[in-house]
Amino acid sequence: MTNSIIQINSLNKIYSSGLSALKDINLNIKRGELFALLGPNGAGKTTLINIICGIINPTSGQILIDGWDNIKAFREARSLVGLVPQEISTDMFETVLHTVNFSRGLFGKAPAPDYIEQVLCALSLWEKKDNKLLTLSGGMKRRVMIAKALAHEPKILFLDEPTAGVDVELRQDMWNRMKDLKDQGVTIILTTHYIEEAEQMADRIGVIDHGQIIVVDEKEALMKKLGKKQLLLTLQMPMQQLPDSLKGYELELIHDGNEMVYTFNSQQVDTGIAQLLKKLDEADIAFRDMKTSESSLEEIFVNLVKKQ
Amino acid sequence: MNLHAIKAIYFFEMSRTLRTLMQSIASPVLSTSLYFIVFGAAIGSRMGDIDGVSYGEFIIPGLIMLSLLNESISNASFGIYMPKFTGTIYELLSAPINAFEIIIGFVGAATTKSVIIGVLILLTAKLFVDYEVTHPVYMCCFLFLTASSFSLFGFILGIWADSFERLQIVPMMIITPLTFLGGSFYSIKMLPEFWQTLTLFNPVVYLISGFRWSFYGIADVNVGVSLFMILIFKLICLTVIYWIFKKGYRIKE
Repeated sequence: MTNSIIQINSLNKIYSSGLSALKDINLNIKRGELFALLGPNGAGKTTLINIICGIINPTSGQILIDGWDNIKAFREARSLVGLVPQEISTDMFETVLHTVNFSRGLFGKAPAPDYIEQVLCALSLWEKKDNKLLTLSGGMKRRVMIAKALAHEPKILFLDEPTAGVDVELRQDMWNRMKDLKDQGVTIILTTHYIEEAEQMADRIGVIDHGQIIVVDEKEALMKKLGKKQLLLTLQMPMQQLPDSLKGYELELIHDGNEMVYTFNSQQVDTGIAQLLKKLDEADIAFRDMKTSESSLEEIFVNLVKKQ
Repeated sequence: MNLHAIKAIYFFEMSRTLRTLMQSIASPVLSTSLYFIVFGAAIGSRMGDIDGVSYGEFIIPGLIMLSLLNESISNASFGIYMPKFTGTIYELLSAPINAFEIIIGFVGAATTKSVIIGVLILLTAKLFVDYEVTHPVYMCCFLFLTASSFSLFGFILGIWADSFERLQIVPMMIITPLTFLGGSFYSIKMLPEFWQTLTLFNPVVYLISGFRWSFYGIADVNVGVSLFMILIFKLICLTVIYWIFKKGYRIKE
């Protein structure tokens, strides 16, 4: 058993319109991890997920799911995967229980009323099991989509923007459900626009843009490697411009010269802070407060995508 | 073979029928019964026999075929079109099932519904017209083959259609005229020679003729030819469906 549950090798997708949606994607998803795939709209996130799940054909390349080729051994490969798509797509006239049982059958599993009850209870849907889907709220329908994806006990769960348009309370609840699933050993691949979601949940993060994977790394390592630290000094007297003696530092005056920002690399042994403070003292620049801040994942993401 | 998936699709489709019982079953049975009342019981008694069969009896096979063809096509086309329309087709495409299993599920359910309607119409007809079935085994055989073949055709139509209008256009503009002109209400032998020859290009003629033979032992064309034509039609449909799934036409980019 390898450590990777999904291996994507040299994957390309060119749509019939000529759009090159994915370009030479190579990616390994580790068993049991929660992997967040970030990218702006049209970056190729959904195309990648749809190819892995068998909804779209790749132009070239290979995908192995737990060692099974997702085209040649599609039965074995697909039975391991559950998908919660971006859009809420359900047969609105069906009941919750019926549609979830249908999903289980479709994936080749014999009826398991106890397991289905467990899934519906965990998603707070058991009380609504006999309700038609059209009578449910948007948040409840999204839970039904998750229940359908879990109905066949998948080892891998794809969540394509699962919390889009969901209120804060429900989002928090969904994050808790994701954590529970991860604790049960399910590998989760999450695409999201909410960077905060990735920041809170993910073990590793991948960024995709223009059909190419720009970066893949452990969340902490990524933030350390690509994140910047800043020192913010609140000045006692506002300044119009920096004196010549400070020109060698990465400094910036903000808020009408009332604050000074020093950007430094926290990975370096000498951050330059001590020297800067000395120079400020020599230049008679007094400050009444100071604090440091670290770039958020969102800032890292925006910078990465801007560079492309 | 993924038997659970076939079962899931089949019963999901059948449950839709039960949910819409009036529209799915009662409506076609009622509208066909109206034909029996008007053309069979009311007007039929004033018309002469055709090939020794009373007019009321004569039109029964044609009217059953009319319903059977339309219902087979609309049930199967609607069955596969709806997942495309609502977006739930993602689930079918990502499930561990092959094209053959998908077809058995959808076409099997559409065929079952059409056969049920056909049998109900047959039983209803007995209320208005007194008829006998000379070859019941052949009758069942024609009923099943026609329903399954046209359900396959409906499945193709459902994949091809990209709007509800397109879904309706083939049954309304092609199948119904072909059935009316295919000898539902008359024997093609009653037509002038030129029109008789032209009518032989209408595939529905063979279905109605064969089906009528199973009732009364009379046919416009040889019963073997009728069976052969149905099988050819089924084969063409299966080939088209094989191509659709191989290429992913209109279902998979």
